[in-house]
Amino acid sequence: MKTTTGIAFALIAIVTTIGGLLLANSHPSMQNALHVPGNAEKTDPSIKSSALSVTLAATSDQAAIGEKLYQMKCGACHSLDKNRIGPRHRNIVGKQAGTVTGFKYSNALKRLKAQWTDENLDAWLENPGKFAPGTSMGFRVKKANERKAIIAYLKSVSK
Amino acid sequence: MTTETTMPTRRNFIGGAGKTLSLAGLAMISGGCSYAAAPNSASATSQDVEILNAAIALEHEGIAAYQIAATSGLLQPAVVDIGVTFQGHHKGHRDALIKAVEQLGGTPVEEQSQDHYIDALDIASLKNQEDVLRLALKLERGAANAYLGLIPSLGNDFHQVAAQMAGDEAFHAAILGNALGEPIPKTPLMFG
Repeated sequence: MKTTTGIAFALIAIVTTIGGLLLANSHPSMQNALHVPGNAEKTDPSIKSSALSVTLAATSDQAAIGEKLYQMKCGACHSLDKNRIGPRHRNIVGKQAGTVTGFKYSNALKRLKAQWTDENLDAWLENPGKFAPGTSMGFRVKKANERKAIIAYLKSVSK
Repeated sequence: MTTETTMPTRRNFIGGAGKTLSLAGLAMISGGCSYAAAPNSASATSQDVEILNAAIALEHEGIAAYQIAATSGLLQPAVVDIGVTFQGHHKGHRDALIKAVEQLGGTPVEEQSQDHYIDALDIASLKNQEDVLRLALKLERGAANAYLGLIPSLGNDFHQVAAQMAGDEAFHAAILGNALGEPIPKTPLMFG
Protein backbone atom coordinates (compact mmCIF):
# COMPACT_ATOMS: atom_id res chain seq x y z
CA MET A 1 0.00 0.00 0.00
CA LYS A 2 1.46 3.36 -1.01
CA THR A 3 0.84 6.61 0.78
CA THR A 4 1.62 10.14 -0.28
CA THR A 5 4.45 12.00 1.38
CA GLY A 6 1.96 14.31 3.10
CA ILE A 7 0.04 11.43 4.57
CA ALA A 8 3.29 9.82 5.63
CA PHE A 9 4.28 12.89 7.63
CA ALA A 10 0.84 13.06 9.20
CA LEU A 11 1.07 9.41 10.13
CA ILE A 12 4.42 9.96 11.83
CA ALA A 13 2.71 12.31 14.27
CA ILE A 14 -0.16 9.90 14.85
CA VAL A 15 2.15 6.94 15.17
CA THR A 16 4.24 8.81 17.72
CA THR A 17 1.16 9.23 19.86
CA ILE A 18 0.12 5.60 19.52
CA GLY A 19 3.69 4.50 20.13
CA GLY A 20 3.66 6.48 23.36
CA LEU A 21 0.48 4.68 24.31
CA LEU A 22 2.10 1.30 23.76
CA LEU A 23 5.04 2.34 25.88
CA ALA A 24 2.91 3.78 28.66
CA ASN A 25 3.63 0.92 31.02
CA SER A 26 7.34 1.40 30.94
CA HIS A 27 7.96 5.08 30.29
CA PRO A 28 9.51 6.60 33.44
CA SER A 29 7.76 9.96 33.11
CA MET A 30 4.38 8.28 32.85
CA GLN A 31 5.17 6.02 35.75
CA ASN A 32 6.06 9.08 37.79
CA ALA A 33 2.90 10.84 36.74
CA LEU A 34 0.80 7.91 37.84
CA HIS A 35 2.36 8.03 41.27
CA VAL A 36 1.79 11.74 41.95
CA PRO A 37 -0.23 11.72 45.18
CA GLY A 38 -3.51 13.44 45.81
CA ASN A 39 -6.22 14.87 43.62
CA ALA A 40 -8.42 17.93 43.58
CA GLU A 41 -11.19 16.48 45.69
CA LYS A 42 -8.90 15.33 48.47
CA THR A 43 -6.76 18.46 48.62
CA ASP A 44 -6.61 20.32 51.91
CA PRO A 45 -8.40 23.67 51.42
CA SER A 46 -5.55 25.40 53.18
CA ILE A 47 -2.99 24.17 50.71
CA LYS A 48 -0.93 26.82 48.97
CA SER A 49 -2.18 27.89 45.57
CA SER A 50 1.02 26.91 43.80
CA ALA A 51 0.84 23.43 45.27
CA LEU A 52 -2.82 23.24 44.33
CA SER A 53 -1.92 24.09 40.75
CA VAL A 54 0.63 21.33 40.72
CA THR A 55 -1.92 18.92 42.14
CA LEU A 56 -4.53 19.91 39.58
CA ALA A 57 -2.00 19.51 36.82
CA ALA A 58 -1.10 16.09 38.15
CA THR A 59 -4.78 15.13 38.13
CA SER A 60 -5.08 16.36 34.58
CA ASP A 61 -1.98 14.41 33.58
CA GLN A 62 -3.33 11.33 35.23
CA ALA A 63 -6.61 11.68 33.34
CA ALA A 64 -4.65 12.06 30.10
CA ILE A 65 -2.72 8.89 30.86
CA GLY A 66 -5.97 7.26 31.85
CA GLU A 67 -7.49 8.16 28.49
CA LYS A 68 -4.70 6.31 26.70
CA LEU A 69 -5.06 3.34 29.00
CA TYR A 70 -8.83 3.43 28.51
CA GLN A 71 -8.43 3.25 24.74
CA MET A 72 -5.91 0.45 25.03
CA LYS A 73 -7.54 -1.68 27.70
CA CYS A 74 -11.24 -0.81 27.60
CA GLY A 75 -11.67 0.29 23.98
CA ALA A 76 -12.35 -3.15 22.59
CA CYS A 77 -15.71 -3.25 24.32
CA HIS A 78 -16.52 0.26 25.49
CA SER A 79 -16.76 3.81 24.24
CA LEU A 80 -17.87 7.02 25.90
CA ASP A 81 -21.05 7.57 23.94
CA LYS A 82 -22.17 4.26 22.44
CA ASN A 83 -23.39 1.05 24.01
CA ARG A 84 -21.27 -1.71 22.50
CA ILE A 85 -20.15 -4.96 24.10
CA GLY A 86 -20.32 -3.02 27.33
CA PRO A 87 -22.25 0.11 28.27
CA ARG A 88 -21.20 3.64 27.34
CA HIS A 89 -19.09 5.40 29.92
CA ARG A 90 -19.68 9.14 29.73
CA ASN A 91 -21.06 10.27 33.11
CA ILE A 92 -20.59 6.81 34.56
CA VAL A 93 -18.85 8.01 37.73
CA GLY A 94 -21.38 8.52 40.49
CA LYS A 95 -24.03 6.58 38.60
CA GLN A 96 -25.87 3.59 40.03
CA ALA A 97 -24.42 0.37 38.62
CA GLY A 98 -26.44 -1.35 35.91
CA THR A 99 -28.51 1.67 34.93
CA VAL A 100 -27.15 2.96 31.63
CA THR A 101 -30.22 3.25 29.45
CA GLY A 102 -30.46 1.03 26.40
CA PHE A 103 -27.82 -1.45 27.53
CA LYS A 104 -28.75 -5.07 28.19
CA TYR A 105 -27.04 -5.95 31.46
CA SER A 106 -26.25 -9.34 32.92
CA ASN A 107 -28.36 -10.39 35.88
CA ALA A 108 -25.34 -9.80 38.09
CA LEU A 109 -25.26 -6.11 37.25
CA LYS A 110 -29.03 -5.79 37.38
CA ARG A 111 -28.96 -7.10 40.95
CA LEU A 112 -25.91 -5.14 42.03
CA LYS A 113 -26.65 -2.43 44.54
CA ALA A 114 -23.67 -0.19 44.13
CA GLN A 115 -22.78 3.28 43.03
CA TRP A 116 -19.75 3.86 40.81
CA THR A 117 -17.55 5.61 43.33
CA ASP A 118 -13.76 5.66 43.08
CA GLU A 119 -13.54 2.79 45.53
CA ASN A 120 -16.13 0.65 43.81
CA LEU A 121 -14.68 1.30 40.38
CA ASP A 122 -11.26 0.30 41.66
CA ALA A 123 -12.60 -2.96 43.09
CA TRP A 124 -14.58 -3.61 39.92
CA LEU A 125 -11.64 -3.06 37.60
CA GLU A 126 -9.35 -5.15 39.78
CA ASN A 127 -11.65 -8.18 39.66
CA PRO A 128 -15.13 -7.76 38.17
CA GLY A 129 -16.16 -11.33 38.97
CA LYS A 130 -15.38 -10.85 42.63
CA PHE A 131 -17.19 -7.51 42.82
CA ALA A 132 -20.25 -8.76 40.93
CA PRO A 133 -20.25 -12.55 40.66
CA GLY A 134 -21.77 -13.69 37.38
CA THR A 135 -20.89 -10.56 35.45
CA SER A 136 -20.03 -10.86 31.76
CA MET A 137 -17.01 -8.61 32.19
CA GLY A 138 -13.93 -10.73 32.67
CA PHE A 139 -11.31 -8.13 31.91
CA ARG A 140 -9.11 -7.23 34.87
CA VAL A 141 -6.79 -4.27 35.29
CA LYS A 142 -4.03 -5.68 37.44
CA LYS A 143 -1.97 -2.60 38.22
CA ALA A 144 -3.36 -0.21 40.84
CA ASN A 145 -1.78 2.85 39.22
CA GLU A 146 -3.43 1.99 35.91
CA ARG A 147 -6.82 1.59 37.60
CA LYS A 148 -6.34 4.95 39.30
CA ALA A 149 -5.53 6.64 36.00
CA ILE A 150 -8.49 5.06 34.20
CA ILE A 151 -10.80 6.17 37.01
CA ALA A 152 -9.34 9.69 36.80
CA TYR A 153 -10.18 9.69 33.10
CA LEU A 154 -13.72 8.42 33.71
CA LYS A 155 -14.18 11.17 36.29
CA SER A 156 -12.95 13.73 33.77
CA VAL A 157 -15.73 12.72 31.36
CA SER A 158 -18.43 12.60 34.02
CA LYS A 159 -20.47 15.51 35.30
CA MET B 1 -1.68 -13.66 -11.01
CA THR B 2 -4.65 -11.37 -11.25
CA THR B 3 -6.97 -10.36 -8.47
CA GLU B 4 -9.73 -12.37 -10.09
CA THR B 5 -7.73 -15.56 -9.96
CA THR B 6 -6.33 -14.83 -6.51
CA MET B 7 -9.57 -14.08 -4.73
CA PRO B 8 -11.18 -17.54 -5.00
CA THR B 9 -7.96 -19.16 -3.90
CA ARG B 10 -7.76 -16.90 -0.88
CA ARG B 11 -11.39 -17.47 -0.08
CA ASN B 12 -10.78 -21.18 -0.16
CA PHE B 13 -7.86 -20.63 2.15
CA ILE B 14 -9.98 -18.50 4.47
CA GLY B 15 -12.59 -21.20 4.70
CA GLY B 16 -9.95 -23.77 5.45
CA ALA B 17 -8.28 -21.58 8.04
CA GLY B 18 -11.55 -20.95 9.81
CA LYS B 19 -12.28 -24.66 9.99
CA THR B 20 -8.80 -25.41 11.18
CA LEU B 21 -9.01 -22.80 13.90
CA SER B 22 -12.43 -23.98 14.96
CA LEU B 23 -11.27 -27.54 15.14
CA ALA B 24 -8.21 -26.53 17.09
CA GLY B 25 -10.33 -24.52 19.48
CA LEU B 26 -12.84 -27.28 19.87
CA ALA B 27 -10.16 -29.87 20.40
CA MET B 28 -8.79 -27.73 23.16
CA ILE B 29 -12.16 -27.02 24.67
CA SER B 30 -13.48 -30.57 24.52
CA GLY B 31 -10.23 -32.48 24.91
CA GLY B 32 -8.33 -33.15 28.10
CA CYS B 33 -10.47 -31.52 30.76
CA SER B 34 -14.14 -31.71 29.97
CA TYR B 35 -16.46 -29.26 31.59
CA ALA B 36 -19.26 -31.76 31.50
CA ALA B 37 -17.12 -34.31 33.29
CA ALA B 38 -15.56 -32.13 35.91
CA PRO B 39 -17.12 -28.73 36.33
CA ASN B 40 -15.55 -26.51 38.94
CA SER B 41 -18.89 -25.32 40.24
CA ALA B 42 -22.19 -24.11 38.91
CA SER B 43 -21.28 -20.51 39.62
CA ALA B 44 -17.87 -20.82 37.96
CA THR B 45 -19.44 -22.40 34.90
CA SER B 46 -22.07 -19.67 34.78
CA GLN B 47 -19.33 -17.08 35.06
CA ASP B 48 -17.45 -18.66 32.16
CA VAL B 49 -20.59 -18.65 30.04
CA GLU B 50 -21.10 -14.95 30.69
CA ILE B 51 -17.50 -14.07 29.84
CA LEU B 52 -17.41 -16.29 26.75
CA ASN B 53 -20.64 -14.70 25.57
CA ALA B 54 -19.07 -11.28 25.91
CA ALA B 55 -16.22 -12.58 23.76
CA ILE B 56 -18.74 -13.84 21.20
CA ALA B 57 -20.32 -10.37 21.16
CA LEU B 58 -16.87 -8.93 20.54
CA GLU B 59 -16.32 -11.31 17.63
CA HIS B 60 -19.77 -10.51 16.20
CA GLU B 61 -18.83 -6.85 16.22
CA GLY B 62 -15.48 -7.53 14.56
CA ILE B 63 -17.07 -9.65 11.85
CA ALA B 64 -19.64 -6.93 11.20
CA ALA B 65 -16.97 -4.23 11.11
CA TYR B 66 -15.01 -6.06 8.42
CA GLN B 67 -18.21 -6.73 6.47
CA ILE B 68 -19.21 -3.08 6.56
CA ALA B 69 -15.69 -2.02 5.62
CA ALA B 70 -15.49 -4.49 2.74
CA THR B 71 -18.67 -3.13 1.20
CA SER B 72 -18.01 0.53 1.98
CA GLY B 73 -16.33 1.34 -1.30
CA LEU B 74 -13.53 3.03 0.65
CA LEU B 75 -11.02 0.21 0.36
CA GLN B 76 -8.72 -0.88 -2.42
CA PRO B 77 -9.42 -4.44 -3.63
CA ALA B 78 -6.21 -5.80 -2.14
CA VAL B 79 -7.13 -4.32 1.23
CA VAL B 80 -10.60 -5.83 1.00
CA ASP B 81 -8.94 -9.17 0.38
CA ILE B 82 -6.88 -8.89 3.56
CA GLY B 83 -9.91 -7.71 5.53
CA VAL B 84 -11.95 -10.69 4.36
CA THR B 85 -9.15 -12.98 5.48
CA PHE B 86 -9.11 -11.39 8.92
CA GLN B 87 -12.88 -11.63 9.06
CA GLY B 88 -12.55 -15.35 8.43
CA HIS B 89 -10.31 -15.64 11.48
CA HIS B 90 -12.94 -13.87 13.58
CA LYS B 91 -15.59 -16.23 12.29
CA GLY B 92 -13.39 -19.09 13.44
CA HIS B 93 -13.12 -17.50 16.88
CA ARG B 94 -16.87 -17.00 17.03
CA ASP B 95 -17.58 -20.60 16.09
CA ALA B 96 -15.16 -21.97 18.69
CA LEU B 97 -16.62 -19.73 21.39
CA ILE B 98 -20.19 -20.67 20.48
CA LYS B 99 -19.29 -24.33 20.74
CA ALA B 100 -17.74 -23.74 24.15
CA VAL B 101 -20.80 -21.93 25.47
CA GLU B 102 -23.05 -24.70 24.20
CA GLN B 103 -20.86 -27.34 25.84
CA LEU B 104 -21.24 -25.47 29.12
CA GLY B 105 -25.00 -25.54 28.74
CA GLY B 106 -25.34 -21.88 27.93
CA THR B 107 -27.01 -20.03 25.10
CA PRO B 108 -24.65 -18.19 22.77
CA VAL B 109 -25.41 -14.51 22.34
CA GLU B 110 -26.70 -13.63 18.88
CA GLU B 111 -25.34 -10.96 16.61
CA GLN B 112 -27.08 -7.62 16.48
CA SER B 113 -28.35 -5.79 13.42
CA GLN B 114 -25.91 -4.18 11.03
CA ASP B 115 -27.50 -0.84 11.83
CA HIS B 116 -26.54 -1.33 15.46
CA TYR B 117 -22.89 -1.88 14.55
CA ILE B 118 -22.89 1.04 12.12
CA ASP B 119 -24.06 3.28 14.95
CA ALA B 120 -21.95 1.74 17.70
CA LEU B 121 -18.74 2.03 15.69
CA ASP B 122 -19.59 5.46 14.29
CA ILE B 123 -19.10 4.16 10.76
CA ALA B 124 -20.50 7.37 9.30
CA SER B 125 -17.36 9.20 10.41
CA LEU B 126 -15.12 7.04 8.19
CA LYS B 127 -14.22 8.96 5.05
CA ASN B 128 -11.33 7.07 3.48
CA GLN B 129 -9.24 3.92 3.60
CA GLU B 130 -6.94 5.26 6.30
CA ASP B 131 -9.91 5.95 8.58
CA VAL B 132 -11.10 2.38 8.08
CA LEU B 133 -7.69 0.93 8.79
CA ARG B 134 -7.35 3.02 11.95
CA LEU B 135 -10.69 1.74 13.21
CA ALA B 136 -9.65 -1.82 12.40
CA LEU B 137 -6.35 -1.34 14.20
CA LYS B 138 -8.09 0.09 17.25
CA LEU B 139 -10.50 -2.86 17.38
CA GLU B 140 -7.83 -5.50 16.82
CA ARG B 141 -5.42 -3.99 19.31
CA GLY B 142 -8.22 -3.68 21.83
CA ALA B 143 -9.33 -7.25 21.22
CA ALA B 144 -5.82 -8.58 21.83
CA ASN B 145 -5.73 -6.72 25.13
CA ALA B 146 -9.25 -7.84 25.99
CA TYR B 147 -8.50 -11.52 25.56
CA LEU B 148 -5.32 -11.27 27.58
CA GLY B 149 -7.07 -9.29 30.30
CA LEU B 150 -9.91 -11.75 30.75
CA ILE B 151 -7.77 -14.88 31.03
CA PRO B 152 -7.47 -14.63 34.84
CA SER B 153 -11.27 -14.55 35.09
CA LEU B 154 -11.81 -17.64 32.93
CA GLY B 155 -11.67 -21.29 33.96
CA ASN B 156 -8.32 -22.94 33.34
CA ASP B 157 -9.54 -24.93 30.36
CA PHE B 158 -10.10 -21.75 28.37
CA HIS B 159 -6.81 -20.03 29.08
CA GLN B 160 -4.98 -21.46 26.10
CA VAL B 161 -7.70 -20.81 23.55
CA ALA B 162 -8.11 -17.23 24.83
CA ALA B 163 -4.36 -16.74 24.45
CA GLN B 164 -4.53 -18.18 20.93
CA MET B 165 -7.23 -15.70 20.02
CA ALA B 166 -5.23 -12.85 21.54
CA GLY B 167 -2.34 -13.98 19.35
CA ASP B 168 -4.51 -13.81 16.25
CA GLU B 169 -5.72 -10.32 17.15
CA ALA B 170 -2.14 -9.19 17.79
CA PHE B 171 -1.15 -10.58 14.39
CA HIS B 172 -3.94 -8.57 12.76
CA ALA B 173 -2.91 -5.46 14.67
CA ALA B 174 0.70 -5.86 13.53
CA ILE B 175 -0.33 -6.11 9.88
CA LEU B 176 -2.62 -3.11 10.18
CA GLY B 177 -0.03 -1.08 12.06
CA ASN B 178 2.51 -1.84 9.35
CA ALA B 179 0.04 -0.85 6.64
CA LEU B 180 -0.44 2.46 8.40
CA GLY B 181 3.29 3.01 8.65
CA GLU B 182 3.55 2.58 12.40
CA PRO B 183 7.05 1.87 13.70
CA ILE B 184 7.89 -1.39 15.40
CA PRO B 185 7.51 -0.89 19.18
CA LYS B 186 10.88 -0.72 20.91
CA THR B 187 9.86 -2.42 24.14
CA PRO B 188 8.43 -5.88 24.77
CA LEU B 189 5.12 -6.81 26.40
CA MET B 190 3.16 -4.75 23.91
CA PHE B 191 -0.21 -6.19 24.86
CA GLY B 192 -2.03 -7.05 28.02
